[in-house]
Amino acid sequence: MYIIVVGAGKVGWNLARELLEKGHEVTLIESDRRRYLTVEQELEHNVSYGDASELWVLERAGIQRADMVIAVTGDDEDNMLICQVAREKYLVDQIIARVNNPRNRQHFDLLGIKPSVSATDLILRLLEHEVPEYGLVHLLDLQEEQLEIIEMLLGKDSGVTGRRVGDLSMPEGSLLISVLRAGKGFVPTADTVLQEGDEVLAVLDPGKEDDLKALFGPEGNGNGG
Amino acid sequence: MFILIVGCGRVGSSVARAMLREGHTVSCLDEDPESHARLEVGLEKSWEDLGGQFTVGAGLEAEALEAAGIDQADVFIASTDGDNTNIVISQIAQRRYEVETVIARVLDPLRAEWYERQGLRTVCPTRVAIEMLESAVHEAGGRGGEGPGDAAAA
Repeated sequence: MYIIVVGAGKVGWNLARELLEKGHEVTLIESDRRRYLTVEQELEHNVSYGDASELWVLERAGIQRADMVIAVTGDDEDNMLICQVAREKYLVDQIIARVNNPRNRQHFDLLGIKPSVSATDLILRLLEHEVPEYGLVHLLDLQEEQLEIIEMLLGKDSGVTGRRVGDLSMPEGSLLISVLRAGKGFVPTADTVLQEGDEVLAVLDPGKEDDLKALFGPEGNGNGG
Repeated sequence: MFILIVGCGRVGSSVARAMLREGHTVSCLDEDPESHARLEVGLEKSWEDLGGQFTVGAGLEAEALEAAGIDQADVFIASTDGDNTNIVISQIAQRRYEVETVIARVLDPLRAEWYERQGLRTVCPTRVAIEMLESAVHEAGGRGGEGPGDAAAA
């Protein structure tokens, strides 16, 4: 694949290096002259100097034949617009944009810039995952499919421990898809009895979290909301 | 008309004053509180006394745009000093707030032209400067400023 990466900060530089190692053709575009000279010592002709907001810089990098454009500069407006022209003017199939300020994500969505990746959001997810007291962990938002996958750790006081899965009144639009117990995962059947310490994965329609939390949480009565 | 101007520099503030003088409702949004002073250059009363509005905030912040009255705006002018900011906030004004007339100042002629074709009204000062410089050179040439062939050309 031919991939253009914009922004040779830590993210862009490492990304370009990894992609090159995987055998892709890569051009990394950097607008800061000093940064460009530093990175160029390692990546040589794979780095190009210029402001990728300008169309001619993108064209010089061969955007017309690019399969993917990844914009990871430290500036959200730049990332948005680079991806916008890549897709709408140069008809690049795949774009990926970095969101620096999570509050700007709504603007990426508004301009149809997808997928967009925010380090803050990723760290938040990780934090939720590492701090089980949080109760309910978002593993994945399937935005296009309108589904979410979440993880719940069953505590001592959970309302569903010791109960058969078949006896739970799961909220409509939700489904238990797996149970992790003692390091092993399995797909639960109606006869599976939930235990303290189980990590349960569920897929659900957005907005069903609270119902599920009520069922699986400490106050849960196992009979649904 | 309600005119919202984001970016209260030399261009934005001059347009704001002119529009207020014409009797329009004018609201300005700028990140820099000091830019308020620029609005009052040459005015006898304060900007607010004359009916103008001024909000401190960034054009990318929905709360700031809303505080500045984007929901009532008939005209939205993006005149910050950043092309990318102007292009992004103009599209926000168009798509999210459905402002009827949206105008963006874009210094980069190539992108001004492309976004214009995408349905965004752009004003490109660079393009204007290029044209003026070219015609100034032509005029000078026409008056016979230099070169051996000038006597004949004039």
